[in-house]
Amino acid sequence: MTNQSTHHSLKDALHTPRGKDGRAPDPMRVGGWMPMRQYREDEEVDFAIVGTGAGGGTLACKLAEAGFSVVAFDAGAWWRPLEEFASDETHQSKLYWTDERICDGDNPLKLGSNNSGKSVGGSTVHFAMVSLRFRPEWFKSRSVLGYGADWPLDWREMWDYYTEVEEALKISGPVTYPWGPPRPRYPYRAHEVNAAGWVLAKGCEALGMAWTETPLATLSAPRGLAHPCVYRGFCVTGCSTNAKQSALVTWIPRAVKAGAEVRDLAMVGRIETSDAGRATGVHFHREGQWRFQRARNVVVAGYAIETPRLLLNSANARFPDGLANSSGLVGRNLMAQTNQGVFGVMDEEVRWYKGPPSLTLTEHWNYHDTGKDFFGGYAFMAQGPLPQAWASTQAGNRGLWGEALLHEMEKYNHQAGLKIVGEVLPQERNRVTLADEKDQYGLPVARVTFSLCDNDKALVKHSVKSMTDTLSAAGARDVWAESDDTAHLNGTARMGDDPRTSVVNGDCRSWDIPNLWICDGSVFPTVGGVNPSLTIQAIACRTGDRIRALAARGEL
Amino acid sequence: MPDRYPGYDVLQKRTTPSWNDASRSVIDARLAIPDTPQFLEAEAWQTLRAVCDRIVPQSAGGPPVPVAALVDRKLANDSRDGYRPASLPPLREAWQRGLAALDAASRDQHQRRFHMLTTELQDAMLKAMQDGRLDGPEWQGMPARTFFSERLTHDILAAYYSHPTSWSEIGFGGPASPRGYVRMYFDRRDPWESAEAHPGKEAEARRANHRVGKT
Repeated sequence: MTNQSTHHSLKDALHTPRGKDGRAPDPMRVGGWMPMRQYREDEEVDFAIVGTGAGGGTLACKLAEAGFSVVAFDAGAWWRPLEEFASDETHQSKLYWTDERICDGDNPLKLGSNNSGKSVGGSTVHFAMVSLRFRPEWFKSRSVLGYGADWPLDWREMWDYYTEVEEALKISGPVTYPWGPPRPRYPYRAHEVNAAGWVLAKGCEALGMAWTETPLATLSAPRGLAHPCVYRGFCVTGCSTNAKQSALVTWIPRAVKAGAEVRDLAMVGRIETSDAGRATGVHFHREGQWRFQRARNVVVAGYAIETPRLLLNSANARFPDGLANSSGLVGRNLMAQTNQGVFGVMDEEVRWYKGPPSLTLTEHWNYHDTGKDFFGGYAFMAQGPLPQAWASTQAGNRGLWGEALLHEMEKYNHQAGLKIVGEVLPQERNRVTLADEKDQYGLPVARVTFSLCDNDKALVKHSVKSMTDTLSAAGARDVWAESDDTAHLNGTARMGDDPRTSVVNGDCRSWDIPNLWICDGSVFPTVGGVNPSLTIQAIACRTGDRIRALAARGEL
Repeated sequence: MPDRYPGYDVLQKRTTPSWNDASRSVIDARLAIPDTPQFLEAEAWQTLRAVCDRIVPQSAGGPPVPVAALVDRKLANDSRDGYRPASLPPLREAWQRGLAALDAASRDQHQRRFHMLTTELQDAMLKAMQDGRLDGPEWQGMPARTFFSERLTHDILAAYYSHPTSWSEIGFGGPASPRGYVRMYFDRRDPWESAEAHPGKEAEARRANHRVGKT
């Protein structure tokens, strides 16, 4: 095979669906396939699930293993990482949601590579693998901590679901976790810490703050056909060795094995409802035409932009404001997380491109509230940006270009940095709406409006001081702070106890349409100061169990 | 600029276990891109080339990076990023409008096209764009400041740092699959990583850098 044809074939999955003809790609074997059950479009399946990431992929597995008939749809491609993932930031943009979105507000969000996946497995194919539990009080932040909104979930129940997900993904983590109530041992041992991680550790120890090895969804020991992580450092552009425990290599193969059908390159554009006000199936675009899959239940799991977009785009005569939207809250309370960084230069060589980018962290300011002049918390973590991302950080925050930029870039191997995952408060003005502009399917694109509030800014200010102190204590020079960055997406279809102030209940079931469910980061009433993927998967596991229990009682 | 990694060339690793077939084919294709436009018209291409030369002024070391051509290919493929600030039009339109407006401002202020200006004047005009001091009907309401930070430097730097020459320049390891890295602590390098020159020991670093493709 010539290089040219190899190069083209690396993107074949973007043009030709692979989940069809009774089989699906086996991501663990070069050129391998696994048998996959298929359902007719006119067959009313138990569940049509829109999205196959942390929410939809996990739920598809749980429901299929519970014996339900499941068809899951993803707008993106079904990749074979062993053959098709290059060590290259530009090429791997094939993993991102690059369809247009329009961003405004005081702090317009950056999407795409930052937080938006478009492939079977969703954003977990390119996430940084940081797998943290919520602080228990966050599930009742309104009544216990005085801000945000309460979740209709009990932290003790969630603690068990976190354990289930950590086991399913063989999370590697420390022997003892320094914060919060006891948790079981992590299934796999912690990874070796790289120099970038030791910078955080040195700084924290100098200041008397606890730190630990980050619990990560990448293997520290073999698992089946997957080898341990080789520390190649391209994690956020997709793992080419399958060490990363993404939905693509964990929940999805399990789901397929249990009888679920997954349709790749299948963009769902509208959910159909009956005169009786129930969902009847989904209209999806695949292989050049619009098709319709009948279903007894529809689950929306497209993450916090595509989920409200689909619900709003599904408006009809009976639901003129969009589906599940009697509260008017679909699309509202969009929450990113603040992601400010502090960077400096070490005398030693750090070479932060080696290994997963965030091998150490501190949750000190998630669990200590003394002296805070703001609500909420934040974790901060070691960093390891690849060259394009690092140049973008330098130019975007410091306005550097020309010789000044090249001079800074030359220090790449001596750089160290820390970044927060910071809680933002839910605000109704932060929202997803529909723009006039249309995408390639003819669907209105999302307009994403986001502004930080004073509390969010106070949190950032506090974190910049804490990180600056930590980095300086570790011996970094020329320390500077980023002006504006965010990560992750949540909210826009919050769960709650009251149909007037929430979109779904604690089971992720919409108040308005009993057979329409929402299962992804959209349902978060608050975001906390940790990366959301573990909590999204824990909620999906719980939802799967709840659906099973409701079905057994005849309450579906 | 000092040569911090003398003799280091990330391409020497092309046939080592650090490069899988996928990485080889992607980088080979990028290196084969000629320094000519596919998408932009001649005038816009001249302006883009001049802009790229100022955003990433290239020294003599290493094969030159066809920065403008890489940006042009992004436009030819309409490879969008998945978001844009509401004040900017879509990718192609933003670039065409921004380049034309910069050139028009140059003719207006200096009676010459942008690519004909001295580098000092070019830098001054780019600084004016960065500070939002360029305006006029050619911009059609697009803020110069936002175009500069969110489009122009964003795309040009992504192009430059997609090229092996830039990786060698900063001592980055480049592609690393299936072989990743082993030595993770401060001041430790695997034999297939760049070696940094320390004063008086440049020859040692050069020797080590010539060996990165042989392990």
